[in-house]
Amino acid sequence: MAEKLTLRNPELAKNIAEKIKEIAPKKETTKICHVCGTHEWTITHFGLRSLLPSNVEVIAGPGCPVCITPASEVDEAIQLAQKGIVVTCFGDVIRVLGSEMSLLDAKARGADVRIVYSVSDAVKMAKKETAKEFVFFAVGFETTAPSTAVEILKKPPENLSFLVSHRVIPPAMKLLVEMKDLSLDGFIAPGHVSTIIGLRAYEEFPKVYGMPVVVAGFEPLDVLFGVYMILKQLKEGKPKLENEYVRAVQWEGNVKAQEIMQKVFDVADGGWRGIGTIPSSKLVVRNEYAVCDAHVKHGVKVERGVDIHHGCRCHLVIIGKIKPTECPLFMKACTPQKPIGACMVSIEGTCRIWQNNKYTSMHYGIFSDAHV
Amino acid sequence: MCLAIPAKVISIEEDKARVDFGEDVLREVDVTLVSAKVGDYVLVHAGYAIQVLDEKEALETLQLWNEILKAEASPINTS
Repeated sequence: MAEKLTLRNPELAKNIAEKIKEIAPKKETTKICHVCGTHEWTITHFGLRSLLPSNVEVIAGPGCPVCITPASEVDEAIQLAQKGIVVTCFGDVIRVLGSEMSLLDAKARGADVRIVYSVSDAVKMAKKETAKEFVFFAVGFETTAPSTAVEILKKPPENLSFLVSHRVIPPAMKLLVEMKDLSLDGFIAPGHVSTIIGLRAYEEFPKVYGMPVVVAGFEPLDVLFGVYMILKQLKEGKPKLENEYVRAVQWEGNVKAQEIMQKVFDVADGGWRGIGTIPSSKLVVRNEYAVCDAHVKHGVKVERGVDIHHGCRCHLVIIGKIKPTECPLFMKACTPQKPIGACMVSIEGTCRIWQNNKYTSMHYGIFSDAHV
Repeated sequence: MCLAIPAKVISIEEDKARVDFGEDVLREVDVTLVSAKVGDYVLVHAGYAIQVLDEKEALETLQLWNEILKAEASPINTS
């Protein structure tokens, strides 16, 4: 579909970059925030920032679920693994540090920790190895949470429970808007989270906060048009909610997925690494499915953990207050091979993306490697 | 982690579908969350189809982009 639709047309990109320059506000800085690791990847990988005027900044907010999972919840998963339970998780999650170690460290010390592509793989493993107890460490935003909910609803095998650490995005965006010193001028809302929650989830941002919001897709042109649409709203002085990603996102979102999530999860206040507690931002398993809740089944609860290790600036990178290169540990003590901060762990973490795409974003123009 | 890849639905059996990610990469995905039919393009995230893609809307996006670039004062309203 992508080739046929030529969503990476370089001529279009050049032209839209010109339009952006034409309509960009003349003030010192216009700050647009996205909250999705995949958007950061597109922006950095294709060097999109180099196409923007110097007074238009696109910053990365808390859009990486692995980065914002608090150490206390990683510690819970490690405790379960150390008790002899098989802990299954997505690939990125295994390397993120808890208070003292990561799940990968626990695995190196003999714990049975397994990477899965999908929660359904955890279900298959539990069905096959009935003598063992399994836990799926469920990390992710609204894009991922419905799949966990589906498996809980389908009555998983008795030897599988879920350590649910899912978070929802709009409350975090609200927090960013309310941080006056961040001085945001608009949001590029996350495309795939929005396939689930729909445009309507962002209604209050233009209405209550006068904040432009554009839901954008993940091709470079999607992001450039997202920036253009926000700048156009700012120029006209009419903040509103717009959809650039019409091929995948609808006003009401995926209602079926929302209903399944509501059946399985309640919403509670939740901790975000480096940020603190955000009201109504965490999904917890409802009482009627307590048998599937690893907290209840295995009595695990860690109240506090060490989120930010000495010298690490993840708490500032996560909210877009500083760039990864402004952290004193970036590519010195903290590297993709031996990450200290959560933002260097995940392929959706801002520090990891900046490091992995350093050369493409610095030295190549947009689309020079569009086939990657 | 919110990465989702488009794929074409080849066949459906109950809550599972066989999908084609292109270049003969076939995989079974769960379609509980969507109402997809054979021939549809779906967005797949971690083994689950999370949305059916609208090819007509995608083509209109391209048209819209071109229109914006052609007309100096073209209004944008895609909401």
